[in-house]
Amino acid sequence: MNRIDGLFQALATRKRAALIPFISAGDPTPALSQELLNQLPSMGADLIELGMPFSDPTADGPIIQKAHVRALRNNLSIKTIFTMIQTFRSYNSHTPLVLMGYANPILAFGIDAFFQQAHKSGADGVILVDVPIEEDATFMSAAERNALCVIRLATPTTSPERLRALLEKARGFVYYVSIAGITGTKSADKKDLTMRLRNLKKHCPLPVAVGFGIKTGADARLVAEHAQGVVIGSALIQAIEDNLSQPQRIVPEVAQKMTEWRKAIEEAQS
Amino acid sequence: MLKATPPNPNPHTPDSQGRFGSFGGRFVSETLMPLLIDLEHAWQQAKDDPSFWQAFDAYARDYIGRPSPLYHAAALESHLRTHKAFKGILYFKREDLNHTGAHKINNCLGQVLLAKRMGKTRIIAETGAGQHGVATATVCARFSLPCTIYMGATDIQRQAPNVQRMACLNANIHAVDAGTATLKDALNEALRDWVQHVDDTFYIIGSVAGPHPYPMLVRDLQAIIGKETAQQLQDKGHAHPHYLIACVGGGSNAIGLFHPFLADTRVRMVGVEAAGRNTTDGNHAAALTLGAPGVLHGSYSYLLQNEDGQIQPVHSVAAGLDYPGVGPEHAFLKDTARVDYQCVNDQQALAALRLTAQKEGIISALETAHALAYVIDNAETFEKDAVIVINLSGRGDKDMQTLAEYP
Ligand SMILES: Cc1ncc(COP(=O)(O)O)c(C=O)c1O
Repeated sequence: MNRIDGLFQALATRKRAALIPFISAGDPTPALSQELLNQLPSMGADLIELGMPFSDPTADGPIIQKAHVRALRNNLSIKTIFTMIQTFRSYNSHTPLVLMGYANPILAFGIDAFFQQAHKSGADGVILVDVPIEEDATFMSAAERNALCVIRLATPTTSPERLRALLEKARGFVYYVSIAGITGTKSADKKDLTMRLRNLKKHCPLPVAVGFGIKTGADARLVAEHAQGVVIGSALIQAIEDNLSQPQRIVPEVAQKMTEWRKAIEEAQS
Repeated sequence: MLKATPPNPNPHTPDSQGRFGSFGGRFVSETLMPLLIDLEHAWQQAKDDPSFWQAFDAYARDYIGRPSPLYHAAALESHLRTHKAFKGILYFKREDLNHTGAHKINNCLGQVLLAKRMGKTRIIAETGAGQHGVATATVCARFSLPCTIYMGATDIQRQAPNVQRMACLNANIHAVDAGTATLKDALNEALRDWVQHVDDTFYIIGSVAGPHPYPMLVRDLQAIIGKETAQQLQDKGHAHPHYLIACVGGGSNAIGLFHPFLADTRVRMVGVEAAGRNTTDGNHAAALTLGAPGVLHGSYSYLLQNEDGQIQPVHSVAAGLDYPGVGPEHAFLKDTARVDYQCVNDQQALAALRLTAQKEGIISALETAHALAYVIDNAETFEKDAVIVINLSGRGDKDMQTLAEYP
């Protein structure tokens, strides 16, 4: 069984949602980013989303945009990201890792080569931010050949018919974008989100992880009550940004935030 | 190539997935997909509805001032005959005489009528030179819709007159500081706005770029340029043109002129890109000539990118050409060799603008001047009596400040 399915099965028996932090590879520096990646599991991460920087991240708000800019200033390429994952895997063999990014850097690398090397380096899945189901056939077949999951996204604008279509080939889990919007801006209305998640769960046999707009422990707890995964991106990246002038503070700050979120998620089930 | 699509029976119309050959498509977040599908359906209906075109034609005539004249540029022609061994016949399709001063309003008129049909109550747009921003702000004023225009901070500086016009038209202007603070970044920000306002907002894209159905929609609306040209040439006793020349930023004025003639193999077409300062990375905007296929702003087309697939900074003296991508139909027309794509640098464009102003009394936009420069600098290559139509896509009032900076 792949690491992603293994994780969600184990958590289902423990009745706890997964804590899924997002970091942008190479941010704020390649060394610090590697350190964060290596330490996230011991900070409470159940699954890690590793962002692949792109010059024009149209689905991201200012916080993650700046993280992409910092990473690209360090000339971070997909090749370096694979090396990062290999290093991570020399410390950790159980935590699932999912790459998240935009189409063009993958196309430039070569779709087949990308999925092959992603698998070899130890990644488990890929989230394609700007590749909807109408466009993902080539990515899906390359992923399948290399035993990687393409994680599909559902959003508040996804109709029941589209949902049915996207669930057909969805693997691992479904990433539910909680708002019609970009990362790190508004948060979903609580009642509304709860209703939508209940509805989604009726149709969705896969675990659902919810992202966009989850900032506080309270946000995380609410989502953990209705979904199988809680994705935290901008709020974590903000902790990096806030400490750029004293980089030695970054890892402990992120660790403290992770502890809060993890605690909130654990409380949700008890 | 990204995807082996089955051959498209009519290559000049995108297939059901919005592909021109392998180019185009819809590379957007899932949130926007349903909106694009709605827009495509709405356009298919409007396109087949005579009442839509009745309204469009009436405003095109009385508000924009169409048809735009096809002008015999006899003075420039005679100058080129004397100095450059030119033997052709030179026409300008005068889109500069449209209300607001460029071809952009043809598209804005059509899209705002479509927005109204769809019941949208808020308009957004990106702009580079400010011409599309002004045209959008204009139709929004006329149809009482609030609008927000995204414009790069660099462009706000260099196209100040258009910023003032947009403000006068009551548009909400949003300066974009990210990236190179030009057209590409304005488009990023407009897409971010759209995804946050999915219920009420209509995004009027300014060129034949972006995800399907935009390249088709904008093309269908701009094709009025070529249709009029065909008729006007006939009226002047020319069965068909021999050359059609247009500048290419995103590619809307070029496709507008070219499209009705694509099936006529007697007609040669040249799209002129911006070679900027020089043709090294970061100094030009010649996506078709010097780029490689990739995905930006929702479609698969030629792009200026580095080997990691990151979008390169670009430069052109013409803000409206200062864009690292190009519409997917142009990518297809390049690969099938139906259209020849060439490029012209800043200095050539500036010189062409000045020469045309001095000989014809027509101050063109700097974007347009790229098309003029191609003909002026290759004047001797045109056959005797070849009928050449240059798309005079816009006027240069907005460019006086830039001209002063390049004496
Ligand atoms: C006068 C004029 N011509 C041409 C362009 C380039 O756009 P396109 O290639 O879509 O015609 C612009 C863009 O701002 C413009 O203002």
